[in-house]
Amino acid sequence: MAETLRYRDDEPVDHPAVTVDSFLDQSNASAVRIEPGDDARALVPHLERLALIEVNFPAFGDGRGYSSARILREAGYEGELRAVGDVLVDQLAYMRRCGFDAFEPDKQFDRDDVTAALERWPGVYQQAADDRTPIWSKRHA
Amino acid sequence: MYEYDQYDQAMVDARVEEFRDQARRRLEGKLTEDQFKPLRLMNGLYLQLHAYMLRVAVPYGTLDSRQMHALADIADKYDRGYGHFTTRQNIQYNWIKLEDAADILADLAKVEMHAIQTSGNCIRNISSDHFAGAAADELVDPRPYAELLRQWSSFHPEFSYLPRKFKIAVIASETDRAAMRLHDIGINIVTNEAGELGAAFYVGGGMGRTPMIAPCINPFVPLDRLVTYAEACLRVYNRYGRRDNKYKARIKILVHELGAEEYTRQVEEEFVHLLDQGVEPPLAELERIKGYFEDPAFDTGANARIDRSDPDFAVWVDRNTVEHKEPGYVSAVISLKPVGGIPGDATAEQMRLMADLAKDYSFDELRVMHTQNIVLPHVRKADLHALWAALDEAGLGSPNLDTVEDIIACPGLDYCSLANARSIPIAQRIAERFAANGKTGTLGELKLKISGCINACGHHHAGHIGILGVDRKGVENYQLLLGGSEAEDVSLAKITGPGFDENGIVDAVETVTTVYENERQDGERFVDTYRRIGMNPFKEALYG
Repeated sequence: MAETLRYRDDEPVDHPAVTVDSFLDQSNASAVRIEPGDDARALVPHLERLALIEVNFPAFGDGRGYSSARILREAGYEGELRAVGDVLVDQLAYMRRCGFDAFEPDKQFDRDDVTAALERWPGVYQQAADDRTPIWSKRHA
Repeated sequence: MYEYDQYDQAMVDARVEEFRDQARRRLEGKLTEDQFKPLRLMNGLYLQLHAYMLRVAVPYGTLDSRQMHALADIADKYDRGYGHFTTRQNIQYNWIKLEDAADILADLAKVEMHAIQTSGNCIRNISSDHFAGAAADELVDPRPYAELLRQWSSFHPEFSYLPRKFKIAVIASETDRAAMRLHDIGINIVTNEAGELGAAFYVGGGMGRTPMIAPCINPFVPLDRLVTYAEACLRVYNRYGRRDNKYKARIKILVHELGAEEYTRQVEEEFVHLLDQGVEPPLAELERIKGYFEDPAFDTGANARIDRSDPDFAVWVDRNTVEHKEPGYVSAVISLKPVGGIPGDATAEQMRLMADLAKDYSFDELRVMHTQNIVLPHVRKADLHALWAALDEAGLGSPNLDTVEDIIACPGLDYCSLANARSIPIAQRIAERFAANGKTGTLGELKLKISGCINACGHHHAGHIGILGVDRKGVENYQLLLGGSEAEDVSLAKITGPGFDENGIVDAVETVTTVYENERQDGERFVDTYRRIGMNPFKEALYG
């Protein structure tokens, strides 16, 4: 297991994430893991007591987790949103835009590749879950 | 036409450097082929039977002469001196080396072009009406809406790992020249009762193994909500489109399995949610883009009469020119379907000639048609003879638009690793047969489309006559289909019966055209006669 890459200042949650089903059944967990087939909106009533939501990517080509992440941020979730599993460095920039602020990839990233991936894009064409200003907004500022 | 500003240029330049870095990491072994594949595909780079193929985006099919020259230069410098125009208004090169790919993308970026998202499970190049801005029957020019969506869909952070590829077409006339309802999303710009412009959304069309005609899920989305509505359509698909089976992963299957009503309900719910998320660009952005698509300075006093004294020229005018909104002009179609040639192929010299003619005679603009021909959209009638003479001399004057010779064919087994059968030689032999028997002109509009496998890149489901190549116990076999259309009279073709071998399919096409000639009533096209008399008379002639 590679180390976790975090873009937050708070302390990481120190207990393991539970499945969505067990989270909805018990009230004391503050960390949950979403699988690709889970409905992220099921967590929306409980966001206040969540400090960590892991979004699992069993295969990097399954993009459902990008929607899950954005939906959670759109619902106002401010805790840690961590992409785990088959996460590739070339996906980091889009994942950051969808609201992920932590990464726990199966295979360790090369530090230089991470820097390059996150610094590459001079602009963005869409409003998403990050704080970047879309190009269309800059054009009409 | 649209011009990049500093932002657009910086994005395309960044993409070139990203791909250069990815290719380097692949060559160093830091990326496996499985990991590299979706990255190269999102830059248009496929691995075909013999070499890499690079597909370059031509957004909504519009090019200027500088860009066409750059495409010619790439064909000479990195390929074998030719390129292939595709059914989604793009161009592809068939003999590319991986080591050259980043340099080609850099050459493209210099002329405001790219290969972004021309492949992969993402939102592909947005296609449109090839006569946009010229057609006499259009409500507005659809291209500004396509450009707005091009920017929205480029590098979309949520929708770059979709269940499957995603194709959008935008039109703005009742006549559908872009196969709009056979796209994942088809958008028709319309007016409501108050006379305001908006977008009708058709979702879930497509060809492939399970052809479907897209139902209208919303007849009028206001223009200041266009991007938000598209985002809602995509989010429902990204979350619930099937990922268990590649062949059931397109949005048409989701819409079909949920039912159009339930899919629409989910989209509307997501849409209401997204309206609060600030994803919609201001209307000022659409207005900014529209500024690039204003009419060129037409000579409104230009002579609307054409001197038809040269009979060969008159045939070409009748067949290959189309009414323009300005009476002194036409849109002129350059056929890339010479009899015996490869449909959609053009040599570098031909590309350069087309570019120069566009500069001289068409306000520096060209269009790629989904039927794999090139349009000069705005030609003064007074210049037509000079244009035709130059084209004819270069082998580009075939007077066969929309005839049986104007065949759409996929690359087939000559190039493609998915194909079961060859398409190109069948197209060549059919065109040769009808050129020899002299029936091309008398058969009138007859859209013939050939695919070399069930993925249907050659649009066989949408052909008045369709041909599907299959593999039958190791032998190429060709099924015949009748009655399809990709236009506003959209329909899916039906199979006639048992397939034919290579010789048999050419005979079979001739047989069905003979049935048409014997049965047609005044003014009927082949497909009209088929719709009136049904399949049986054709079956009897083929198998009886």
